[in-house]
Parts: sequence; structure tokens; C-alpha cells
Amino acid sequence: MKKLGIGFFLGFLIAGILCMLFDMTSWMGFIVDSLAFGAVFVYGSTGEILTEKAGHLNLGVPGIMCMGGAGGCYVINEAVKSGASPMMIVILGILGALVASMLCGLLYSFITVTLRGNQNVTGLALTIFGVGLSKVIMSLSTVSSELYLGANDGPKMFFRWPFDQPLTFTQLTRFGVMFFLAIAIAMAAGWVLFRTRVGLNLRAVGENPATADAAGINVTRYKYLATCIGSGISGLGGLYYIMDYMQSPEAYKTIEALGWMSVALVIFALWRPPLTIVGSAVFGILFSCSDFISHLEWIQTNMITKYLLQMLPYAVTILVLIITSIKGKKENQPPASLGLSYFREER
Amino acid sequence: MEKELALQMRGITKRFGPVVANHNVDLDVYRGEILAILGENGCGKTTLMNMISGIYYPDEGQIIIGGKEAVIRSPKDAFAHGIGMIHQHFKLVDLFTAAENIVLGLNEKERYSLKSVNSKVAQITERYGFRLDPAKKIYDMSVSEKQTVEIIKVLYREADILILDEPTAVLTPQEITRLFEVLRRMRDDGKSIIIITHKLNEVLEVSDRVTILRRGEHIATVNTADTCEAELTEMMVGKKVSLNIDRTMPVNPVPRLEVKGLNLYNREGIHVLKDITFTANSGEILGIAGIAGSGQRELLEAIYGLQPAESGTILFNDPKKGQPVSLDRTSLLQLKKLAADGALQDADMNPVSFKNMDSKTIRKQVENGNVLYREDEVVNLREKTPLQIRQMGINLSFVPEDRLGMGLIGNMNITDNMMLRSYRSGRAGFLNRRNPKTQAEQIIKELEVATTGTTIPVRRLSGGNVQKVLVGREIACAPKVLMAAYPVRGLDINSSYTIYNLLNRQKEDGVAVIFVGEDLDVLLELCDRIMVINSGAVTGIVDARSATKEEIGLLMTKTEERKEAAQ
Repeated sequence: MKKLGIGFFLGFLIAGILCMLFDMTSWMGFIVDSLAFGAVFVYGSTGEILTEKAGHLNLGVPGIMCMGGAGGCYVINEAVKSGASPMMIVILGILGALVASMLCGLLYSFITVTLRGNQNVTGLALTIFGVGLSKVIMSLSTVSSELYLGANDGPKMFFRWPFDQPLTFTQLTRFGVMFFLAIAIAMAAGWVLFRTRVGLNLRAVGENPATADAAGINVTRYKYLATCIGSGISGLGGLYYIMDYMQSPEAYKTIEALGWMSVALVIFALWRPPLTIVGSAVFGILFSCSDFISHLEWIQTNMITKYLLQMLPYAVTILVLIITSIKGKKENQPPASLGLSYFREER
Repeated sequence: MEKELALQMRGITKRFGPVVANHNVDLDVYRGEILAILGENGCGKTTLMNMISGIYYPDEGQIIIGGKEAVIRSPKDAFAHGIGMIHQHFKLVDLFTAAENIVLGLNEKERYSLKSVNSKVAQITERYGFRLDPAKKIYDMSVSEKQTVEIIKVLYREADILILDEPTAVLTPQEITRLFEVLRRMRDDGKSIIIITHKLNEVLEVSDRVTILRRGEHIATVNTADTCEAELTEMMVGKKVSLNIDRTMPVNPVPRLEVKGLNLYNREGIHVLKDITFTANSGEILGIAGIAGSGQRELLEAIYGLQPAESGTILFNDPKKGQPVSLDRTSLLQLKKLAADGALQDADMNPVSFKNMDSKTIRKQVENGNVLYREDEVVNLREKTPLQIRQMGINLSFVPEDRLGMGLIGNMNITDNMMLRSYRSGRAGFLNRRNPKTQAEQIIKELEVATTGTTIPVRRLSGGNVQKVLVGREIACAPKVLMAAYPVRGLDINSSYTIYNLLNRQKEDGVAVIFVGEDLDVLLELCDRIMVINSGAVTGIVDARSATKEEIGLLMTKTEERKEAAQ
């Protein structure tokens, strides 16, 4: 599985270099664009996997991603106003997104871990709350669209750095710093989960918290940390989408749907962070293929086929769910105590 | 040889609310010995051990380890003192390998790598003669392998005092022999081993000393070599306590339920019921005694139709010959069918035919008592679901041991819980709520259920009141057979007596009552006959009026000779 992840990482690099070296065909452009788009899902589902591995089904991911985007944009806006250096703007933006989304994660863990509230209800409420609040924040901060269009050095770095000036000639500029960050985070999360003591303990918490507790693991702390860090990672996806992929201040309005896709992608990735890279590429392609196909001259499309094509990623998720359920391999099932609150004295 | 003290308990007392689980218990454990702790169910063995392993904290008394007083507040503290407990219900993550489970939660300094764990585990298995593949997943393992993982987990943490809670309950005879070999090797290595058990032969076979607990108190500690089975049984069950339950002689009992050669395998493929044969008579309380988990639950569920039995018959026998037909239980349509089958007769033994009679005349005939049953009804209940059984007009009642899990729905109110039995009776898809409500009110009044009304969720009632609601509902449907599993578990004395009286009243009404109990005193006072089962097989059916506690205790703990081991 790790090999697969590395393989795809190399695949991405090769694809990128190919795109750099050869003239872009519309096909290549489409695939590269889909990959860049897929990075949103990598953030969203890697974060959700960490949370689910602690036994918490966080349906607040769409709201958290909105909040991450809004928080990041707000900080960038302030930083630009105060004239921070380009490098600082990028770092502050990422920190802003992390803080905003981790606060949401903290709220979620307080309700579900400490108060043992229902996880589904809490998550859904958090989504509604996050989507709404992000709209308020985005409308409050009077962000000029210039900021996104790369007139300012800082935001430009989101989608240009580190290939800023010398490499402006290809589509590789689509891959900004946060794209590589997404892949690094997914690989790192996979390594932590399956190769370290911390990961072993975290998986035990999600599988069987009573056993983990008896083994001396602080269940509450693991649940809090996994949920908050997971939320932070998900939130970065929102920032990436607004600042890097769409580069538009209006983009926050379409994040929610991507959040739901990220939750679905967790199932597709079989709860393995490196597989989210693969899954995101597939989802990215499926998600944007309806637009691409409708632009092809040799295929007749109308409104109905467009909507049918938009259905593809969800249909594939259902398919994956059916296949993994039939095959029934225990390693590919959700963590055993997913969605259940843990209370030591209940026996 | 003077032995070194490993652990001492002095004056340990533990209460759960008003219940005293352990009272002023003293215990000494030496290095290099196997100490058995013996006692009936609920005598406080496990509670006592849980205090050493950090699950509970004692209310009074002290625990001394290696000469110093130790405070054990969590399993982590227990590990720090070199104490490891192997619970009856294994605490393992199914999805992990043996090695991953063994290092779970450890904070070793060296870098985490499964290779070094595997080699360390291999060292331990070699030293004590275990057989284990560290890379095997838990879900692929047999019960005995899982137990091995638990033991190695404790040894890996360098525990010197090992506590095993009922380690042999789930093992086959061969596995038990192997476990005992390992235990002896660990003892010779200088470790202290405490095993909790109620099997006398195992105590005699493996232990060096025996401590007997009864009703939470320390009765005696004896050297195994100086004692015998009879002496241990006597100390374990104690003297008979008189309870004054009003017990009448059964009035003309007839066989109501005949179980013959019943075999049942559970989902894991374990042979839970072995060739069970018995008869439950009407107007009689049949007690079932046995160590918890000997198959009592499975037996009742098999009769009720919840678990499919492998082989055998469950005959339900309802003698109706010569009794008047009643319209309360049978519909007009059913009556016509019965008559067509020739099942009805008049007072002069002539078959009754309803042909050419209008409904009004039939009704009158029946109400005047002119129509009698001609045949007895004998039905095999095996391979029938509870619904099929009920549709055949056979009323079995079942009070399961898991009240709020199987018996009632905690979040629903009393009326709705009554409807769990009658929800089918409404017209055209609508529920009939009026009858269940009257029924609920009647039960509250008659059984003195302490509640504010019929609309409060059942889970908010106290344990005794929950049980009254459940038993009340099961009795209200006028059963022919009433099965109750541990109906007084967790109830105070008063509620218990209410339940005993309810069972007695059913018995007087001619119901065959099957009562699974754990308190031998109660069984002896309440029942007419007692069937003792031991690991799924009937070891004896005794007359409760003449039997003694010791007799039953021996039947409960007697294990079959290890025939299977020899084979």
C-alpha cells in the first residue's frame, strides 16, 4: 500500500514533467487540471480519516473546510493590508486556516467526546454552522479580487511558488505549494498511522476504546488530538480551493459539495491516507469530466447527459462500498467503534 | 522453605451502592506459588481481583506489595507494580496482529518496529512453552490462542503477579492441560499466579493453596494438599439459609413441555447444549441451577424459538381433552376449522360438526359449554420462530436476563412496551393503544410499580420496577409456560419477594414455570424440582424438597472426566 502511494506520487511528478516538456493538448490540460482539483479532496479526506480512525464520524467536514477557507482568506487579507512579505503571507494564511478549522474540530470533540453527544447530529450541525459563518466572514472582509488574481506577490505564491518566475510557460504552474503540501500530508499521515506507536494506539482507540483504555492509552486525549488535527488538515482544503485552484473570492460558495465528496472519498480510500491521493485523482477526473466532455466537439451532449456525468463520482463511491462490503475483508471495513461514544464505566 | 511475600491485602472492603461486594478481606500471595480463589457466582472473587489490577479502588483497607503500601488507581499503576490481569472477556483489538496487541499502549524508548517486538515475543514463548505466531491476526485466532496473547501481553510488561479470571471456562480439555503446564512453568520461574475459578477438580490439580470466598467474605485459606473436594464444597456454599417462601405442593401436574435430546451449537460453532432431556410439568416450578454461562440462556432461547437447535425435540403438550372450548382464545373461523378436522366433540363424546349452523348458533353452543376438545395438542416447537409459535396459539412467556436489551425498550414508555406483545392486534394498520394502556395501569396497580404514570420511559425506572413491568407483561398474556432467567438479579429483597410470589401464583394457576436462578438458597426454597446443568449438559434433576446445597454444589462443579483429552 505504501508502495502504491509512492508510485502515484512519482506518477504525478512524471505527469507534471511531461506537461512541462511537451505542448499541452486539451487532454493533458484536462488531466492536470483534474489533479490540481483533486488536491482539495486529499486534504478533506486525509483529515477525515484521522478523525474516523479515532472512532469519530465527523460530518462537519464541509463546514470545517468552509471555515478553513474563510479563516485563511481573512488572515491573508489582513496580512496583505499590513504589508507582510510574500513568504509570511503564505505561512500566515495556512496558519489562519489551521486555527479556524481546528477551533471547529475542538467544538466537535468537546460535544462528542466530553459530552458524548450524537456524532451525526453534531457533525451536521457543525456543517450548517460552518458554511453560514464562513459566508459572514467572507462578506465582512472586503477582499479585492485583485488579491486572488495574482497582482499581489503573496497570494501569487500560493499557486506559483516555488516555480515562480522561471517556469511560467507550462501548466505546471497549476501545482502550487499547497498541492505538494497535500501529498506530503497524506503520505505522512499514512506513515504515522501504520508505522508508529502513536498510530497503533490511535487505531486501537478507534477499533476498541475499552481495550485501549485498559492498555493505559489516554483515550480522550487521542480522540481530541486526532479530531482537531484532522479538522485542521481538512480546513486547509478550503484555503487551497479558494486561493490556489479557483483563485476567486466567490469560490467559498461551492466548497460544501466538495466537503461531502471528501467524506465519501474516505470510503473509497479504505481508510488509508496515501490511497486518498489515488482516490482524489480519480474523483477529480470524474468530477470535472462532465465539463470536459461537453466541450469535446465529437460528442453530442445536452443538459441531461451533463447531470448524469456529474453523478459519476457518487456512483463510483457506491460501487466501491458494495465491492468492499461483499469482499468483507476486515482490514477494509470502517473502524469498529466508529460513531460510538466511549464511556469507561458503562459495562 | 520460607517463601517470600509478593502481595498482601488487609481489611479490603468494597461497596457498590448498598451492596457490599467485599467485606474485610485479607489475602496473602507468595512468590512462586499458584493460589486459587474459589467461590460461587457473585461472591466477590472478580471484584477483589479487579481492585488489585486497578479497575476498582477499594473503599477500605490496604494493599501491600513487596513490603510497601501500594496505591493502585488504574491498570497502568498495576503494571507499574508488576501486576497483570487476564480478564475473562479478552481485551484485544481484533484487527491487529498478536504482536501489535502485545505492544499496544506501551511507551518503550526504542524505535517502534514489529521485528524487535516479534523477537522479544519469541523469547517469552520459548521460555514458557507457549505456541503463538506473533504475526497472526486476532480475528483468525481460536479462544485459546487469544488467551495466550493476553498472557504474553502481561509477561511482556514484566509482570510478577498474574491474575487469571476463569481461564479455563472457554478452553477444551487439551487446551486446559497445556495452560496448566505453562502456569506451572511460570510458577517455577518465581512468578505468583492467582487463578479465579469455581471448578474444584482444577483447583485440586493446579493450585498450591486455595482461598475460599463466600458472600464477599474471606472464609478460609488452606493448602491444597491438605484438603478434599467435599471440604471445599462445604466452605464454598456454606450453611442453608431459610427464606420462608410460601411453597405449595403442585396440583395434579401433567407434562407440559418435554425436551428430548436437545443439541445446540452457537454461532462460534461451540457445542453449548449437549443432549438435554427434561420435562417441565404444569403447576410446578422447575429450577435450573448451574454456573453462569453453562447454557441456561441458550436453553431458554432455544425453547422460545430464538436459537435454532441442531437436533432433538421440544414437545409442547397442552392437554385439552374434555375441556370446554372458549371463544376468548379462538376465533370463529378457527373453531370451524377445528370442527372440520374433527377436533371437537359434545358431552356424549360425539363429534361436533358446525355444518349448516349460522355463527350465532355456534357462538351460543360454545358459550354454553356444549363443545369440548376431543384431542390433545402436542406440537414440536423446534425449528419454529417465536412468531410461528404464537400464531399456533401457544403462549410461551420469556423473561430474559437482559431486561432492557431483550425484554423491554428503554426509551419507550410502559404502554408502548406492553404493545410489543400486542402490536399485531390493531385494525387495518392502526395501533390499538387503549388495551395496552389499561393493561399497563393494571400492572402498575397490582405489582406496585413505583412510577409517575404510564408515559415515563422504562429506562428511568429502577431495576426492580423494570423487572415488575417485564414480568407483569409476560404474565398478562396468560402463558402456558413461563420462563424466567435470573429474574431477581440486581433486585433488593422486597422486589425479589414480589417476583417470587408472582411466580408462585402462576404455578398455582397451572402454568409450567422454568426458573433459572443463581442463589441456591432461593432455588431450594422456591422450586419443586431442580435441574442442574454443567457446561451444557444435565448433571442431575433433584427434588428441591429433599436436596441439599452441597449436593447441588457438587453437581454444578463436577466436570466430566477428561475423556476427550484421552481420545
